[in-house]
Amino acid sequence: MWDYTDKVLELFYDPKNQGAIEETSEPGVKLAMGEIGSIACGDALRLHLKVEVESDKILDARFQTFGCTSAIASSSALTEMVKGLTLDEALKVSNRDIADYLGGLPEAKMHCSVMGQEALEAAIYNYRGIPLATHDDDDEGALVCSCFGISEAKIRRVVLENNLTGAEEVTNYVKAGGGCGSCLANIDDIIKSVQQEYASAAINDYGVKVATEIVTSKERSLTNVQKIALIQKVLDEEIRPVLIADGGDVELYDVEGDRVKVVLQGACGSCSSSTATLKIAIEARLQDRVSKNLVVEAV
Amino acid sequence: MQNNCIYLDNNATTKVDSEVIEVMLPYLTDYYGNPSSMHTFGGQVGKALRTAREQLAAILGADQSEIVYTSCGTEGDNAAIRAALLAHPEKRHIVTTQVEHPAVLNVCKQLETQGYSVTYLSVNHQGQLDLDELEASLTGNTALVTIMYANNETGTIFPIEQIGLRVKEYGAIFHVDAVQVVGKIPLNMKTSTVDMLTVSGHKLHGPKGIGALYIRRGVRFRPFILGGHQERGRRAGTENVPGIIALGKAAELEMLHLEEANKRQTRLRDRLEQALLTTIPDCVVNGDPTQRLPNTTNIGFKYIEGEAILLSLNKYGICASSGSACTSGSLEPSHVLRAMGLPYTTLHGSIRFSLCRYTTEAEIDQVIEVMPSIVERLRALSPFKNDDAGWLQEQEQALAHR
Ligand code: FES
Repeated sequence: MWDYTDKVLELFYDPKNQGAIEETSEPGVKLAMGEIGSIACGDALRLHLKVEVESDKILDARFQTFGCTSAIASSSALTEMVKGLTLDEALKVSNRDIADYLGGLPEAKMHCSVMGQEALEAAIYNYRGIPLATHDDDDEGALVCSCFGISEAKIRRVVLENNLTGAEEVTNYVKAGGGCGSCLANIDDIIKSVQQEYASAAINDYGVKVATEIVTSKERSLTNVQKIALIQKVLDEEIRPVLIADGGDVELYDVEGDRVKVVLQGACGSCSSSTATLKIAIEARLQDRVSKNLVVEAV
Repeated sequence: MQNNCIYLDNNATTKVDSEVIEVMLPYLTDYYGNPSSMHTFGGQVGKALRTAREQLAAILGADQSEIVYTSCGTEGDNAAIRAALLAHPEKRHIVTTQVEHPAVLNVCKQLETQGYSVTYLSVNHQGQLDLDELEASLTGNTALVTIMYANNETGTIFPIEQIGLRVKEYGAIFHVDAVQVVGKIPLNMKTSTVDMLTVSGHKLHGPKGIGALYIRRGVRFRPFILGGHQERGRRAGTENVPGIIALGKAAELEMLHLEEANKRQTRLRDRLEQALLTTIPDCVVNGDPTQRLPNTTNIGFKYIEGEAILLSLNKYGICASSGSACTSGSLEPSHVLRAMGLPYTTLHGSIRFSLCRYTTEAEIDQVIEVMPSIVERLRALSPFKNDDAGWLQEQEQALAHR
């Protein structure tokens, strides 16, 4: 038996806002509808919104759900949460918010909250005439889990938004991997790649922060980590694009004190004027941007 | 803890009979000797074990020397399969069905990774096997055929003896998982084609943690748990004395009640089924209408999901079970119902009611009373309603093309 909170049980036994919103001739009001899930997967939700055109506000929300206790409770919770919000505000409602509203959901049932969030998005995109397919970038939309028809884009998003670290968690949130299991290895890869992107984004942010600090207080000396981050940033943003345009590239290999070791690649690696390239294009730029004392060496 | 529930989940487990508890208790308190000990204190326990063994052998129509105690049905299935393969190491093929219990299916899947080939026989929409398909799958390389006697989810009974005759022609060992059957339909191993048969104590009003494997005399059996010489060396480990005593008594009581319980449960089950089918639109019985356990009915309520039905029943203290994915911890709906090719509209909303000899008329009445409003309420919440609803039809069509 699942361990449900009182709120889940309350909204299951006595759901609020069930049903459809009938077409209306009220002036200034339009209806929106979003459908998500399928009978094959065992849960499906049709969300109806009544929107005040002028203010973009959700006047009423109703649901029809095929699914288990927590799917029904999540749908009902969602309709309660979005009433009175503008569509932009509603788009910010995450699956976490739905789960929190319910006082939590069993881990294995988190996908019910994801379904709520997606139906909301589908309804708003429908209303705005944006095809959902353009939202999931086509390349990234490649199917990862064919048992449940889950795309890479969807997995990436749920991993990022809920800070998931394992394939089992992904299964709990979007079901992917919960069938034959043949996609689990691919899910692991996606998690890894999301984590890497996240980490490099963090380093980048850090680089920017360091650079700003340097500009504002030039005389303050850098810590080693700050220095490396800044070198990497200057390489990536100012030096590599020039080299790549010439068919070459450079990679930071190591930093020892003021000696910056780099690996020259492509055309730069075999080019007879590579020493000059090093001195002029890389060392001078790094001296200017990071520290006068830097010496660049190729390894 | 809810003790006054209406318990209709007897294929999952059963209540231990009070008489069973009574005979078992002294072996937890006063008579705690080890039956392998030389002294009289242990020896008197040994005598009680022999009685229990005879009681169990009687319900199977077997000889007491053909019984090996195990810790559960799963162990029985595992032991039988491994023993059969060890007996004929040169044969590398196994035949089973798509609808077996995981205690068999998961062993077969593992054996596939170890060089065995496995044929998983299909079933039709009533859950019944095709004997021609079975026949076609058998070869001289078939070491083992392992098939359940009756399915735990639908109650569909397989024609075990007809299957056995074919298996024997090919010289394979025939193992039958009879966990759902012992105590529900009469068995007689003396006239049977079955070589090994699995029993589980807690399915027949005995306790959990005790099971048995019937092994026909002469069938070569290589043990899978090694140690002392208990169970004639076929299953080492100090005996679960209270469990064995309890299983003996449980078997004796089941045998005593079998005929009358069978009739009574069939009547109650049919009444439940008929009442639900007539008062609730859009529902169907899953399983073989005639070749079926007397205590089991599996009904698919279209357009709604099983877990939501179960929780609603739970509110009235009614315990049943569902083939829906949401209750099983896995996300895929029941492999049994899927193998039967049920449409998704029915699959997710299937509920199993399984009765026992304690089930009363009043309990069945209560289910008949509350079920229509539960289904009606959930259907009112559902976006799917009848087969021509646009969204639903689109989906079933898309699935048909997958
Ligand atoms: S492909 Fe993902 S579980 Fe089967």
